[in-house]
Amino acid sequence: MRILSVDDSKSTRQYIKCAVDVLGFEFLEAGNGREGMDVLERENGDVNLILLDWNMPVMDGMEMLVEVKSNDKFKDIPVTMVTTEIERRKVVEAIGKGAKNYVMKPFTQEDLIAKIMESLGMGI
Amino acid sequence: MDVSFVNPFIKALIDTFKTMLSTDTIPGKPQVKSGNKPTHDISGIIGLSGEAQGAIAISFPKIVALKVVSAMLGSSIKIIGPEIVDGIGEIANIVAGRAKQGLSQYKLTISLPNVIVGQNHAISPPSGIRAIIVPFDSSLGNFVMEISLKTK
Repeated sequence: MRILSVDDSKSTRQYIKCAVDVLGFEFLEAGNGREGMDVLERENGDVNLILLDWNMPVMDGMEMLVEVKSNDKFKDIPVTMVTTEIERRKVVEAIGKGAKNYVMKPFTQEDLIAKIMESLGMGI
Repeated sequence: MDVSFVNPFIKALIDTFKTMLSTDTIPGKPQVKSGNKPTHDISGIIGLSGEAQGAIAISFPKIVALKVVSAMLGSSIKIIGPEIVDGIGEIANIVAGRAKQGLSQYKLTISLPNVIVGQNHAISPPSGIRAIIVPFDSSLGNFVMEISLKTK
């Protein structure tokens, strides 16, 4: 399994990587939505899950979500939104645009592992 | 400043440290800040706008900042560099985002984090707003959170 973390905080990407490492999955990363799209192109869409931060410079999470879901090569990759805010309206909007799941910061490694497995349709 | 603003930030900070750093924090008595006293060495600052305006800053001594980010990353960071700046900014960001839930009546927007690095720097609250300082004790060391917020 290959997990792409898109987050402008390198610390958060490192925190997420620790959870991905526990699962034995491959970890890919990008610092904003534009870089995330570049990684998807470079890897030719060979990614099993995108963990997508919401608030980022250059291209934010919602903008990347829309690009992913409107691209025939990438639209089937599940996206889990990673957010510091739990505004119901925004979560509903993201789900409506194709996000499969969301996880709210702060989260424990165990919370994140459970969300990753859930998003991949795999039981623990 | 309405002191009811303070509790959501205290709770958010306690939750963030407990969840992401496995660290208990104990808040001290909130105090009104007088003057621009030097705070600490590294501060993560988040601007707040919307129906209330202001900022929060979480300020650490250098040694505590190193321990906090090391705990977050699960690896020992020895020097103040990009990892520390990024980590302290992200912690401030998470605390502000979490506190926003407890202040939903104000429809707040939070800024991307800024981080100040410099020994004994001072932080001035936005013009016309008095800041509340909350000291925290933890196994990683002592630090403070400074909250300045007013309704329009």
